[in-house]
Amino acid sequence: METIKLTIDKKLVEVEKGTTILQAAKKIGINIPTLCYMNLGDMNIENKPGGCRVCVVELEGRRNLAPACATDCAEGMVIHTHSIRVLNARKTVVQLILSDHPFDCLICAKSGNCELQSLAHKLGIREIPYQGEQSTYRKDTSPAIIRDVDKCIMCRRCEVMCNEVQTVGVLSAINRGFHAVVAPAFEMNLDHSVCTYCGQCVNVCPTGALTEVDHTNQLINDLADPEKTVIVQTAPAVRAALGEEFGLEAGTLVTGKMASALRELGFDYVFDTDFAADLTIMEEGTELLDRLSKHLAGDKEVKLPILTSCCPAWVKFFEHNYPEMKDIPSTARSPQQMFGSIAKTYFADKIGVDRKKLIVVSIMPCVAKKYECSRDEFKVDGNPDVDYSISTRELAGLIKRANIDFLSLPDEDFDHPMGESTGAAVIFGTTGGVIEAAVRTAYEVYTGKTLKKVDFEELRGLEGLRSATIDFDGLKLNIGIAHGLGNARKLLDEIKAGKSMYHAIEIMACPGGCIGGGGQPYIHGDSSIIKARHKAIYAEDEGKTLRKSHENPDIIKLYEEFLGKPLGEKAHHLLHTHYFDRKKEIFID
Amino acid sequence: MAQQIKMHLLVCGGTGCRASESDQIQASLEHELKVHGLENEAKVVTTGCFGFCEKGPIVKVIPDNTFYVQVKPGDAREIVEEHVIKGRKVERLLYTDPENKEHVADSKHMGFYRKQIRIALRNCGFIDPENVDEYLARDGYQALGKVLSEMTPEDAIKIIKDSGLRGRGGGGFPTGLKWEITRKSVAEKKYVVCNADEGDPGAFMDRSILEGDPHVVLEAMAICGFAIGADAGLIYIRAEYPLAIKRLKIAIDQARNYGLLGNDILGTGFNFDIELRYGAGAFVCGEETALIHSMEGSRGEPTFKPPFPSVEGYLGKPTNVNNVETFANIPPIINKGSEWFAAIGTARAKGTKVFALAGKINNVGLIEVPMGTTLREVIFEIGGGIKDGKKFKAVQTGGPSGGCLTEKHLDIPIEYDTLIAAGSMMGSGGMIVMDEDDCMVSVAKYYLDFTVEESCGKCSPCRIGNKRLHEILETITKGQGTMEDLSKLKNLSHVIKDTSLCGLGQTSPNPVLSTMENFWDEYISHVVDKKCTSGVCKSLMRYVIIPENCIGCMACARNCPVNCITGERKQVHFIDQDTCIKCGTCLEKCKFNAIAII
Amino acid sequence: MTKIKSLAELKLKKEELEKKLNLREKSNEPDKYIQIKVGMATSGIASGAKVVMDFLIEELNKRGIDAVVTQTGDMGYCYAEPTIEVKRPGEDPIVFGYVDLKKADEIIEKYLKNGELVEGIIPVNYESIDE
Repeated sequence: METIKLTIDKKLVEVEKGTTILQAAKKIGINIPTLCYMNLGDMNIENKPGGCRVCVVELEGRRNLAPACATDCAEGMVIHTHSIRVLNARKTVVQLILSDHPFDCLICAKSGNCELQSLAHKLGIREIPYQGEQSTYRKDTSPAIIRDVDKCIMCRRCEVMCNEVQTVGVLSAINRGFHAVVAPAFEMNLDHSVCTYCGQCVNVCPTGALTEVDHTNQLINDLADPEKTVIVQTAPAVRAALGEEFGLEAGTLVTGKMASALRELGFDYVFDTDFAADLTIMEEGTELLDRLSKHLAGDKEVKLPILTSCCPAWVKFFEHNYPEMKDIPSTARSPQQMFGSIAKTYFADKIGVDRKKLIVVSIMPCVAKKYECSRDEFKVDGNPDVDYSISTRELAGLIKRANIDFLSLPDEDFDHPMGESTGAAVIFGTTGGVIEAAVRTAYEVYTGKTLKKVDFEELRGLEGLRSATIDFDGLKLNIGIAHGLGNARKLLDEIKAGKSMYHAIEIMACPGGCIGGGGQPYIHGDSSIIKARHKAIYAEDEGKTLRKSHENPDIIKLYEEFLGKPLGEKAHHLLHTHYFDRKKEIFID
Repeated sequence: MAQQIKMHLLVCGGTGCRASESDQIQASLEHELKVHGLENEAKVVTTGCFGFCEKGPIVKVIPDNTFYVQVKPGDAREIVEEHVIKGRKVERLLYTDPENKEHVADSKHMGFYRKQIRIALRNCGFIDPENVDEYLARDGYQALGKVLSEMTPEDAIKIIKDSGLRGRGGGGFPTGLKWEITRKSVAEKKYVVCNADEGDPGAFMDRSILEGDPHVVLEAMAICGFAIGADAGLIYIRAEYPLAIKRLKIAIDQARNYGLLGNDILGTGFNFDIELRYGAGAFVCGEETALIHSMEGSRGEPTFKPPFPSVEGYLGKPTNVNNVETFANIPPIINKGSEWFAAIGTARAKGTKVFALAGKINNVGLIEVPMGTTLREVIFEIGGGIKDGKKFKAVQTGGPSGGCLTEKHLDIPIEYDTLIAAGSMMGSGGMIVMDEDDCMVSVAKYYLDFTVEESCGKCSPCRIGNKRLHEILETITKGQGTMEDLSKLKNLSHVIKDTSLCGLGQTSPNPVLSTMENFWDEYISHVVDKKCTSGVCKSLMRYVIIPENCIGCMACARNCPVNCITGERKQVHFIDQDTCIKCGTCLEKCKFNAIAII
Repeated sequence: MTKIKSLAELKLKKEELEKKLNLREKSNEPDKYIQIKVGMATSGIASGAKVVMDFLIEELNKRGIDAVVTQTGDMGYCYAEPTIEVKRPGEDPIVFGYVDLKKADEIIEKYLKNGELVEGIIPVNYESIDE
């Protein structure tokens, strides 16, 4: 390994060749401020356009200042990170950025979480001497994401997420010079684009240019309405991240406190999406076995691999990009929608409330879920199965707004009957989890044997593309796993080319799966947080007595009392869906 | 006895002369020759630009070298009947020497051409760019043949290195060294790229070379391909150069037909072919990394170097990018040797440089002079001095990124380093001359206008900083500037230069800094005295009535569109400054010189 | 177009093609060559100047003499038409009168090739005829 010696702020440092000045400085405790730079090392995602010029440093012998994020160390470099020249340049650059930024910090959705705000504070900026025209653009509201690009600082992080990571290709820089901004082509609205609402752009946006649609006010009104029965479901990944908003260490599970807080907020019933995840496994697992056995029996009509369908961003992605393969994904609805469907039939009947008076709210680590529950096929006579979805971040905000001291809350359980769940449902929250849950059930159903070990380590991990072969008593089942839509695209292209070797594939749109979802607390570039959440999910699974979906007693009861059998007529009607060809939906205004 | 062609009528077919109907002149000349049965004795040849655009369209009669200027299609008949048939020069179409008012027939005797040495432009205005045979007749592709048959790639690189040739596109990086670095980059595929994205306002040397001598670029690119180990060449050319594109396409076809591009060139086993890539005319795409991104189909914006294109360029492969003028020097250097080239110019800058003269200068056009020629020679001898006998004030070199040089700089020899030392730069060779009527604050604002428009917007100092610079200059020209604005201008200019990502932002404040340096008084008079001494900034102008001259005729008051002039008949009138819109009508209408601008 | 397959072929091609461009090439640096101006005013044409000019161009070409043959207006020697002015590199120009084909041939052979003067010189006392 070749090393390089250099001096930063009079301190000698030795680094590996290929280390940037930013990294080298960090090594010796010098934190050069950055703005556009983003490095999610654990997920191999980097944004290094060298565009904001906040991280400039003085390099002896060099004519101009050098961006620390993009400049590699060289032998003998002498670097000053806080000389007067650097400080003046850095301050001026941030003042310039601020001079083209709305001054509505006090009421901005990102206030307190804004990296530009923190930077201005850190640099002690108290005035903006360079005032002038501010660029203005049309505000764009979609079912899930709001673009307020007046606040765009051209850091291009969203562009990297949307294009390189997700390969969705909606957000990219348009216009030139002062009017350059990141937007969909021709400044179209997001809902006229192929945007999947995965929300990865929202997750990385340093300012308030990209935020989620806020449903908290609607929720507050509904909770206050005595006419309405308001019930809530919470997705598995939420409990592994919500604590971060209250200062807890990443990866702290707050399942009990969350249930408690939801009750405090005034929900009539506090349920768990995990219940519906177990239900999903019953349907999807059965569908897998059904298609598998037909396929093995030589039925040419039945196609494999089967693809999971619980991620709404992923569903929209293939509807836009691979509509010719829309018969491949499982027809099983997502847990959120299964929950809504059962809540507004089975549960509504049980408590004797009209579905129109029953408000089903979901707490999701996701912004695409906001879009999913608004899809027409998930409505009965215009009444949605899930009325609206709230992100993890929004929930945290609500809890704070309701004066609840989250940390001192007691741990409470979910309500019955839709609060019971197994460990298999919990792991839906991370990449590899859905397929592992399916395997646990499918194995036992297919072989008639009990699993000796329910942990399928071979399906776990944070690699973007993974595969494993599971032995079903002689039947070797090839499983593929992709998270991040760019990785999904690779598997889909293989299928399209007839080269796929898989029987079943799990796909989650967000890097890391739902734990890295677009509605989760901001990680501000710290990808170790995703890792911690990942661990927490498996810890929750391990702590559960029941770890296989088909052992969930309330699920068994649901089939006995109401649904009949998996893939049966009622199940088909309430728990399955169909997909649309959205290739031709895109038009230019 | 077969009639032999004894006369060539060269008609400029460059974009400039085309815009003045030179294609019609060509057609009319051909028609007249036919009418007089002279098709077999004289022929009309369309050439590239002669350079003397001020006097275009140009028709040159060979062999007696008669240089007709400002020719119109209607002049064709007279040229044929008088000159072609009777051998009598058409006096009225000859160039008149501004000094002694005499007609000059032979261009060699014109001040405009006398000091020029044409290397890059040697075929422009001489050969028919659409006829490869004419290029071949002038040693065309001999350099390529020589390199392929008699040299190793290292030999070729050595010649270019020894010649001292430096990039003509702006930066002045040693060409041979660039080739050597690209040669040393190991990859299975490499590219040669010709940067024909000429974007400096007023500069058109690259276009002229491509229009007038397209094969020289193709030949040079093939030589470069051999030297660096590439088999593919790409010319990145702006789509708004349709004529250059057309001629390049013709040239590429012709070269392929002769086997001078394609596989196994001249039986040497060397393969090389060239394709065109069109740019949408963004100034920043002249920056090589932005250019490469644009060619790849991405947004045309620069990325941080290193990696340099020589290591990681087009499609991630080592790519050698040179501009058109640089390439145009390559075949002559190979043919005549590095010593020949190195003997022209100065110790630190070899060869010649093409400049586009524009602005308040008598001889607007394209010139090529040895490095080291002084600005004075260029402006006053070749350029014929300042229009209308006005006083020289400044010359902007290096395009929008350059600086304004003044009287005191006139005798410095033009080189890369001397220009930088003087606060400007060589750039691609734009040279805009300003006279006493130009307001330097407005000039700086004009250039900022351009950079604000052309910034790609990627980095914040360039995207926002240039806009703010422009706004401050706008404030100053409106008479609302303060001393604090001047210090803001200075700080902002330095920070933008210091922090911008690419050459565009790193140089865009140069016009501001150089005008502040050289014309500080003008800034002060705008800011403190609220006066624009050149009378350019409308907001700072005041129309006043000179009482001694005013006879009270009321002509001004009657015509004033905003009725801001008052006064009784036969009484001295008065202009209300608050209402005056400075339209100038009063000045125009006054017959007694009683209105003045102060 | 047939392909050019070697450097040698390219050189041959050049030699063949450069003749066509000779006219322009020479006019670019006329002082290096013999310059001949043929008086071509109306009177000159009437007296056969055009035939003489064609003859000169053709024959010089055939005999391998590099020269620039241009026409010029009335030389002012109508009495002696056709007249031609010949200027050898580095020498003063000489004007010949009554140049017919025979005379032209003699001028080529004697004066142009060897610098021998031939009869028919019109004495002049100026530099050149058209300036």
